[in-house]
Amino acid sequence: MMLFMLLFSRQGKLRLQKWYMAYPDKVKKKITRELVTTILARKPKMCSFLEWKDCKIVYKRYASLYFCCAIEQNDNELLTLEIIHRYVELLDKYFGSVCELDIIFNFEKAYFILDELLIGGEIQETSKKNVLKAIASQDLLQEDETPQSFFDDHGLG
Amino acid sequence: MYPYYEQDWSVLPPENNRRFNPAFNMATIRQAFTEAVERVRMPTPTRLRDLIRQIRAARTAAEERAVVNKECAYIRSTFREEDSVWRCRNIAKLLYIHMLGYPAHFGQLECLKLTASTRFTDKRIGYLGAMLLLDERQDVHLLITNCLKNDLNSSTQFVVGLALCTLGAIASPEMARDLASEVERLMKSPNTYIRKKATLCAFRVIRRVPELMEIFLPATRSLLSEKNHGILITGVTLITEMCENSSDTLMHFKKDSGNREIVPNLVRILKNLILGGYSPEHDVSGVSDPFLQVKILRLLRILGHNDPDASEAMNDILAQVATNTETSKNVGNTILYETVLSIMDIRSEGGLRVLAVNILGRFLLNSDKNIRYVALNTLLRTVHADTSAVQRHRTTILECLKDPDVSIRRRAMELSFALINAQNIRTMTKELLLFLEKADAEFKAQCSSGMILAAERYSPTTRWHLDTQLSVLIAAGNYVRDDVVSSTIQLVSSSPVPEQTYITNRFWESLQVANHCEDKQPLLQVAVWAIGEYGDLFMYGANEDEFERPTESDLIAVYHKFLTSAQVSTTSKQYALVSLAKLSTRLQQCVEEIQALITSFGSHLNVDLQQRGVEFTQLFGHYKHLRPPLLEKMPAMQISRISSQNGESGGGSFDDNSPDVIENGVEGGGGGGGGVGGGHSLIESNMNTLGDNTNILLDLLGSTDLSAGGAGDLVAATDLSNAVHKKNSRNANDVAAPVSNNQDLLDLLDLDLSTPTSTTTGAPAGGGGVGGGGIGIGILALAGDNNQSSAANMNNMLGGLDLGGFGSGLDGSASIPTNGNDLASMLGGLGGVPAASAALTTPAAAGNLIDGGHAGSLLGDLNPTAASNNIVVPPQGPRLTALDRDGLLVQLVSVRGNDCMRIYMTTTNSSANTLEQYLLKAAVQRSFQLQMLTPSGSVLPPGGVITQEMRVVATSNATLRMRLRIQYVLDGQQQVEQTEVSGFPEQQPSAAEE
Repeated sequence: MMLFMLLFSRQGKLRLQKWYMAYPDKVKKKITRELVTTILARKPKMCSFLEWKDCKIVYKRYASLYFCCAIEQNDNELLTLEIIHRYVELLDKYFGSVCELDIIFNFEKAYFILDELLIGGEIQETSKKNVLKAIASQDLLQEDETPQSFFDDHGLG
Repeated sequence: MYPYYEQDWSVLPPENNRRFNPAFNMATIRQAFTEAVERVRMPTPTRLRDLIRQIRAARTAAEERAVVNKECAYIRSTFREEDSVWRCRNIAKLLYIHMLGYPAHFGQLECLKLTASTRFTDKRIGYLGAMLLLDERQDVHLLITNCLKNDLNSSTQFVVGLALCTLGAIASPEMARDLASEVERLMKSPNTYIRKKATLCAFRVIRRVPELMEIFLPATRSLLSEKNHGILITGVTLITEMCENSSDTLMHFKKDSGNREIVPNLVRILKNLILGGYSPEHDVSGVSDPFLQVKILRLLRILGHNDPDASEAMNDILAQVATNTETSKNVGNTILYETVLSIMDIRSEGGLRVLAVNILGRFLLNSDKNIRYVALNTLLRTVHADTSAVQRHRTTILECLKDPDVSIRRRAMELSFALINAQNIRTMTKELLLFLEKADAEFKAQCSSGMILAAERYSPTTRWHLDTQLSVLIAAGNYVRDDVVSSTIQLVSSSPVPEQTYITNRFWESLQVANHCEDKQPLLQVAVWAIGEYGDLFMYGANEDEFERPTESDLIAVYHKFLTSAQVSTTSKQYALVSLAKLSTRLQQCVEEIQALITSFGSHLNVDLQQRGVEFTQLFGHYKHLRPPLLEKMPAMQISRISSQNGESGGGSFDDNSPDVIENGVEGGGGGGGGVGGGHSLIESNMNTLGDNTNILLDLLGSTDLSAGGAGDLVAATDLSNAVHKKNSRNANDVAAPVSNNQDLLDLLDLDLSTPTSTTTGAPAGGGGVGGGGIGIGILALAGDNNQSSAANMNNMLGGLDLGGFGSGLDGSASIPTNGNDLASMLGGLGGVPAASAALTTPAAAGNLIDGGHAGSLLGDLNPTAASNNIVVPPQGPRLTALDRDGLLVQLVSVRGNDCMRIYMTTTNSSANTLEQYLLKAAVQRSFQLQMLTPSGSVLPPGGVITQEMRVVATSNATLRMRLRIQYVLDGQQQVEQTEVSGFPEQQPSAAEE
């Protein structure tokens, strides 16, 4: 089971955080800080895995963004890399060649996509098509309930 | 702040109600119109994207903070005004602010309000906020549980989906209990979108509350016969969790999971995936749904573990997966990795296992670091099952020790230790030493202890072993754990004489290297110990290896350097000082220099060093004649396995964590009158002080020496040896004990020096008429030397410090007392019973020794101090006699501890027979928990004592009764006694249970 997932930039700015374990806010911040520093300090040629506390950290860099997941001891590290990759593919399909700015300005969408891929830290859907379809239908639902003239104001803008 | 439209004008107060404004003229109309336009034009709060832009435009952290604070203040005000139109937007902004690290807890309740809204946008943002902002606080959780319950019943699948997703992310145990039945209902929904989400929710619910598993069992039946991959993968995940959680459920699934058995069913799904042909929807670079494949392989592993039939059923498919999977990409390797794990974990065929190890061998050569890491990791897990297969990849593994990546190096190190055997120890050690030299600080401690352990187990020769030990000490420097120091000293002490000479010289050479004394203090400690102990061999013994010997003044100069250096730790100086004192009897010329150096410590700022200085100075002055016998060579120590406390090694390369046990050999009698081995008693008491696991090993070695007196003159020498403190190196507290231990010595010496007659052992009340003899108080070891360092070192020993010969010997007849059986046995030792050994634990038992007035003042003085810091004392409290038959007396003393009741069992043997293989078994009622610690021994000679501590934790208010079964072998006959004891003091249920 994935314990949490963090997205952060090369400058160490957090871009997304998804926690599947209940930690107090303080602990979350501490974990984030520690991991961001540790991972940013690692050289690009190093392997993507870290042993950290009682879990394993799997991370991968895509352009300027680091995707970092914590998994349990008996989880498959290589598969976690595939999950990260799948998520990136989904973002890419949704935004159309995704970049860091897309995720900054549409962070809620990034969360929605992740929530269609994973639940409770486990994969719920292995078909990209199905995930994107679900997201598209929900976006449509959101648009439908917002009258066109008011959309600019009523939506998140 | 109002939005630009007001829904109901009429409810506004008249002054705001422009529709019915009494001052209805052109001016007011114009004003109202302008206001309305104004409101329409700038009515809304900042948009989310605008806020993000603003924040990103901030050039300094202060600027950013200002923007955020302003926005937060604004958002708070809208929350206060119960604005519902813009709540959604404001929460979204707050979530962004939260991600930047600013506090956002004030948005928690607003999130809940959003989730209760009817608009989907509101719900979507509301649940997102709930997942990000809520912690497991009870009050908020109750509210969200209600929201979730409503939405789980919604007719819109996406609303249900949102609720399930939220539940999956933040389910607390209470929520899990409250909503489990809803989730179970949704698991049976015909809608696959809802069904897969509900299945994972069930997984999460079980995670939080395993007892709820029962509810979901029926619903899992049909999951595996679905076609939809979403349902399949979530179903497999749920079943895996259930099987891992309870063996009953595992059996349930093996026997019956709907229409088909589970293993063939999974095999079928897997086979369809591999052979089913290309399916674009689930294809990942040529592999069909690797996510599902991996999950199935993992479940197969659990099902096949220790189950030959199930393993048989999956052998073929595992072989197929292992051979048919494309390995050019990460995906393929992902599946192979999982397959290998499964093959290794089930009862697979031999050929399959070879295949698996070969896959790992290929992984090791892969250019991708991740694959190499995984290979090392997996080899470590399989090495114990199939060492020879892994041995083939040894060179590759050793190569990984040089990898720049710390994750890989760590794995490689652990694996290397697992691969060491008697054949490859030399080459492996060479490689590991190279690694150790360059390793990061975090590795050094673990690596050095691991190497010492391996060397101990497989070393081909003593010399090689000694050399390795030295190399490790040099390479690991100050990172060496204390266990390495003590094990090296033991090793040297038990080596043959030429080796001792050799290694002492090697130590001496290593000390010549610059910086060694500061950076490698453990080496320094061992080196000075060896030089002090074997100084005579080193300087004047046989020189087989033809090394160059230093001059005595060189030697002293080096000691002078250490002892005055500020970089050398107090512990090292303690070693050096004792070593120097020993050297004074082994060197031939430089005794004055040594004396001067030691005397200078008489005014040292450190109390321990000062004490040593003062005490040793006495040996150069008035009691000069005592120096040689006192500073005799230590007896060879028996080697005991060092244990390692390595919290960080997950690989299980070390076996035990038991406290070290060192037994001291009995020092043979020194004198001409025929050496008589003393009775030697080993007191071993494990004590837990204040919850820390301080293991204190206390050796009270009472040995009696019959030394060079006349025929009638008896020298009763009580060797009060080492109260050895051995603590787990983790423990830092217990500062007082070592200090007062040293106090013991001081007391002893004071006592001896000032009032020799009264201390003469064996001088009974009427101590007159004593002939010339000697009293040797052989203090074999002074324990607890380390005031500063938390890890007390048992090896800091003062070999054979004998204070004797005060001309107050005893008449032979008068000296043999007729009292206390313990003492009798000890003096029986004097009479030539070398085997007499008595184990003492309690001061009460020790008190027996004193009772006879024999050595009264000496032991009397010693015992209270010793007791106060070393021995677990249960003197108060009722003493229950469990058994008193044929001279065998078993008594129990109970003491109430913080969290448990400690019961000390003392068995004494006053019969004339020796009881062997003594074993005490105890049973208590079910409402108590009993823990028995290791007994002090298993052999009861006449007069012998065995002690054992038991701990009882009460889980209810019952009265403790204990059934004891006592077994021993008498004259080759097994004897069993059974008895029941009650009448223990009342024990409250422990706090932990309440």
